[in-house]
Amino acid sequence: MAFFTALGALVPLDHFGHYFHWHFIYLSLSNLIIILLMIATFLAAILAPFPGRKSRKEHQ
Amino acid sequence: MSTTEIDRQWTTRLRQRATGKLPPEKLLPDTQPTYVASWIYVFGVATLAALIMVIVTGCILAIRGPLWWHGSVYGHFVNSLHLWSVEIFFFTMIVHLWGKFFMAAWRGGRTLTWMTGVVTFLASIATAFTGYASQTNFDSQWITTQAKDGINATGAGAYFNVLNLGQMLMWHIVLLPLAAVVLTALHVLLVRVKGVVPPFAEKVEVHS
Amino acid sequence: MSSKRFRPDVDAPEYHGRYSPYDIIKEGTIAIVLVGLLTIILAIVFGSPDERAITIKTWSNAAPVDFATTALSELNGTSGTAQYGAPYNTASTGQQLGPLQLSKWVGVRIPINTVKDFVISPLRAMPSQPALRDALTQWISASTSTQDAWVANYTKAADKLTFTNSVVTVPAANAGPVPIFINDLTQMARTGALDQALITESGYYTTDYTRPLLFLADGAYLESVATKQHLLGTQWGMMNETGSYPGQAWLWLYSFWYQIPPFNSSWGANADVLVWGLMMLLSALLLLVPFIPGLRSIPRRSRVYRLIWREHYRDQK
Ligand code: HEM
Repeated sequence: MAFFTALGALVPLDHFGHYFHWHFIYLSLSNLIIILLMIATFLAAILAPFPGRKSRKEHQ
Repeated sequence: MSTTEIDRQWTTRLRQRATGKLPPEKLLPDTQPTYVASWIYVFGVATLAALIMVIVTGCILAIRGPLWWHGSVYGHFVNSLHLWSVEIFFFTMIVHLWGKFFMAAWRGGRTLTWMTGVVTFLASIATAFTGYASQTNFDSQWITTQAKDGINATGAGAYFNVLNLGQMLMWHIVLLPLAAVVLTALHVLLVRVKGVVPPFAEKVEVHS
Repeated sequence: MSSKRFRPDVDAPEYHGRYSPYDIIKEGTIAIVLVGLLTIILAIVFGSPDERAITIKTWSNAAPVDFATTALSELNGTSGTAQYGAPYNTASTGQQLGPLQLSKWVGVRIPINTVKDFVISPLRAMPSQPALRDALTQWISASTSTQDAWVANYTKAADKLTFTNSVVTVPAANAGPVPIFINDLTQMARTGALDQALITESGYYTTDYTRPLLFLADGAYLESVATKQHLLGTQWGMMNETGSYPGQAWLWLYSFWYQIPPFNSSWGANADVLVWGLMMLLSALLLLVPFIPGLRSIPRRSRVYRLIWREHYRDQK
């Protein structure tokens, strides 16, 4: 039990959140972070060099 | 018993169809076309891994019942695992969706792969919603009393009563996960049957 | 059927190129390990939200005037539930999708009579108290028009409703048993007995919270708590979670429509059904992208694929 007590959230997010409000857009900081991360991940996934090309050529 | 009689058996025919469509080397391939060289291909598998985490943590929550996690530190931790695996699941699924869209991965007879993907996405949204409705806390009180208006307005609320906890819990832990898992299995098998979609041709060519 | 025109957004060119080794099981195993680790880290660092449920007991103790006013609205038929229409009652037509009255056509499937289910039946479940018993007898033996007159007289004075010394008082004349009803229901609520009565109206075992949730949602208290948590529909609340946890960010498009005209202005009365209709249409479009000319050409025209398969195109040169 003590083990799982130790596993209790280190940075609990229970306090009232931070919100952004531009015109009609009203977004919580955490949702905003997730949406931006999703876009960044997508861009990184199509832009980052994919490893393993060399070994592929060697295989040929 | 003649061989033709064996060949005509339902069992034989089913086996031959299945192994014809999906021979072992297609089901579990050991090579890929070289154009499969981008991180974007990782997100289908990542979505699958997240779905497995969602199901495993959900099963642990189910062992002690829907109220356990409110009063147990261990239960609350399992709930946290369940929540974050769901966030990862949607995250990776949406990146996967964008990737498949920009590859137009429905080409070459893969429309059903795309369509099972979209239906899985919609089923997952419904699963997540019923999960929020089954939390038995303030969040579920608020979400269900708000969402009822939308669903009632379509007429569906008469049968799909979001204020009925037992009904929402059953949908969340039986019907919708079953649908999501079956759809996902179908989706992944279709990918294996069809193989990964080739890139657009440099120039538009005429095929015979 | 000899030679068909090649449609670049529908057909795929045949691949005659090279293959490279690929370990699908290893990839899957790595994915599960990494996703598992990430899940565990996020769970340890952030945990998950669990705001305790509100009860009618906590509500009526925190905001007794709001509770008593809500109880009156159930009795005089002005509450959200009392005026809802289908699937709860026939008080209104409900929302319409153009000429389609979807909810009305499906009809009353979860019947709720707020006077009976939210006020009279719970009061009858109270242990025998002479004054309340007499009040209930008086109510039941009166004609509907007399009942309506009592309620109307009480409602007229209800803006002066006070809660002092643990008693609900309204300076109303000729209100019959109504003052006793509202006060006793408030007392009942404050002990927690009303929570219990509403849940067990349909029997000992239940998993259905339709009645207590509707009652709770008719008051202002639930909404005031939700407002503090940024959960209102006008705050894109569908996407938000209590505290500062991430919520259902994937509902952004659904939440979006509620924030803009005409859904939040001239079409406001039917916003729910219109937004649902629109989202179903958009979902169908997503489902059918491979069949829709124009839409299915966006990937090829956008040329994002040149980045994804850049090594393939480099090799071809
Ligand atoms: C539970 C959710 C899902 C899971 C577990 C899943 C899993 C996968 C996997 C493992 C692959 C093969 C590897 C890859 O190319 O990434 C794949 C391919 C594919 N997925 Fe999904 N997917 C899901 C949802 C979706 C969604 C929402 C869409 C699109 C709307 C989609 C569309 C596709 C398509 C078109 C392919 C074929 C790829 C090709 O031929 O190159 N999937 N999926």
